[in-house]
Amino acid sequence: MKYEAIIGMEVHAQILTASKMFCGCSADYASAPPNTHVCPVCLGMPGVLPVINQAAVEATILTGLALNCTIPEFSKFDRKNYPYPDLPKGYQISQYDLPLCINGWLEIDLGGTKKRIGIRRVHLEEDTGKLIHEEDGSLIDFNRAGVPLMEIVSEADMRSAEEAWLYLTKLRTILRYLGVSTGNMEEGAMRCEANVSVRPLGSKEFGTKVEVKNLNSFRAVRQAIAYEIERQTKLLQEGKRVHQVTMGWDEHRHRTVFQRSKEFAEDYRYFPEPDLPPLELSREFVQEIRSRLPELPDAKRERFIAQYGIKGDDAALLVEERATADYFERAVAAAQKQITPQTIANWIVGEIFRLLRENTTEISSIKVSPEQLIELLKLIQEGTINATVGKEVLDEMFATGKSAQAIVKEKGLTQISDEEQLRQFVQEALAKNPKPLQQYLAGKEAVLGFFIGQVMRATRGQANVHVVRKLLQEELDKYKNKE
Amino acid sequence: MKLSRDQVLHIAELAKLALSEEEIELFTEQLSEILAYFEKLNRLDTSAIPPTAQVIDMRNVTRPDEVRPSLSPEEALANAPQRKGNFFKVKPILE
Repeated sequence: MKYEAIIGMEVHAQILTASKMFCGCSADYASAPPNTHVCPVCLGMPGVLPVINQAAVEATILTGLALNCTIPEFSKFDRKNYPYPDLPKGYQISQYDLPLCINGWLEIDLGGTKKRIGIRRVHLEEDTGKLIHEEDGSLIDFNRAGVPLMEIVSEADMRSAEEAWLYLTKLRTILRYLGVSTGNMEEGAMRCEANVSVRPLGSKEFGTKVEVKNLNSFRAVRQAIAYEIERQTKLLQEGKRVHQVTMGWDEHRHRTVFQRSKEFAEDYRYFPEPDLPPLELSREFVQEIRSRLPELPDAKRERFIAQYGIKGDDAALLVEERATADYFERAVAAAQKQITPQTIANWIVGEIFRLLRENTTEISSIKVSPEQLIELLKLIQEGTINATVGKEVLDEMFATGKSAQAIVKEKGLTQISDEEQLRQFVQEALAKNPKPLQQYLAGKEAVLGFFIGQVMRATRGQANVHVVRKLLQEELDKYKNKE
Repeated sequence: MKLSRDQVLHIAELAKLALSEEEIELFTEQLSEILAYFEKLNRLDTSAIPPTAQVIDMRNVTRPDEVRPSLSPEEALANAPQRKGNFFKVKPILE
């Protein structure tokens, strides 16, 4: 029997505000010493009143609009009660039945086929404090308690680990485009839980849902879901039952492990937050936020293909980060049509990306400006240097921030196109390699490539390859005529 | 409506309260009486009335996203029954 997986995702993303959700404490908790960004409100002292951070509401609505959600005219906050001490109040202020955004979707690209993943809701809540567990007690730092957090809940529309991964990647790209969150999973700014169930293909009923937690990287999400699908499928194939449990991903053992049973349904006793007046979201207000939406990655990719005539795969890579897309467009502008957009795209996707990977840095913080990249590409196009030398020059530009011109001059890298000078190298290469020469004369023309390589090596890559090829032909013809 | 012993124990568990045998009986009795009192409200037909989220007639009370001074750790931890360094300390929690 064939089985299919049903996957839904819950993503929490910290919102990039200066202050916390309900008080004026700084939301920048990462580097702060313990309990230095706390006040009576986020410590849950008696008699205090929370006040909603306007920027967090706007960031959540902006996200909802980017995810094609409806923004209801009325929204409110609720208390979610639970006894865990990561929040000092004994409850979390969240949203229950009237979230800020509902019924949206996001599109993923499955190797050419587009698929819409439904977004059930996006709501606003507060993050919790950090606990450190020790043998004789648990230590609490409340700096993170009260940091604005949005929860994005998908419909159970995904059918494979790949789809879940694509969904998450796309969601992160959108959050970063909007500037509402860093989307950094390793730092915990974006957290994700997956609900995974498996059922016989064609069945209308859902299988038992298992919640998978402790997914701390994009890779973990993909591996954990794939593992969980396999685990559940195997249980069903063996005629066994899947239990409703919470599993955690074990990064080291590469498997999901049992965390806790869900037999006792959570009893959060939600009720409307009496300390916060509800929100009325006028259509004018929503429209004003909608006008702030930037061009989103899908639209940008389509425009890059249409406007610049670049390949779809390259366009997709260029729009993954807004900063990369901006870099590309600045370079295209600087080129003033002298370099084709596809050439520029090739260099960014190939060489710049390689340098970013090797140096684990981001395009926004590199020393090579788009204008400097174009200067380099012009040197190559004009024939001052060849492409191989160009790559070395770019390495140097990346490391020092110097201009391509300066590096070429300093290192004497100018391409050698002078025929007299090159003819010597060509003749030398032929004289030094009698065996390949015989092979060539015997009709094995592919040996030409070998001789070109010899000349390039002898000139440290500076020879103009077109001139070298021409001269080789001439010299080889001389040998032929001698015979 | 009479609450069962199990329901009372469940509520006590949610509130993290340890009850003695006498207290379980006492609260089963008292909670049932309170619940019965509120039962009167169920006589009203509210099917056509939307649930009330707030009784005060206020809307859209927000603040600008500005950082204001926090407490010092000393002030923050002044009432903590237990601390370690500048951390609050609580009884061990099983993950």
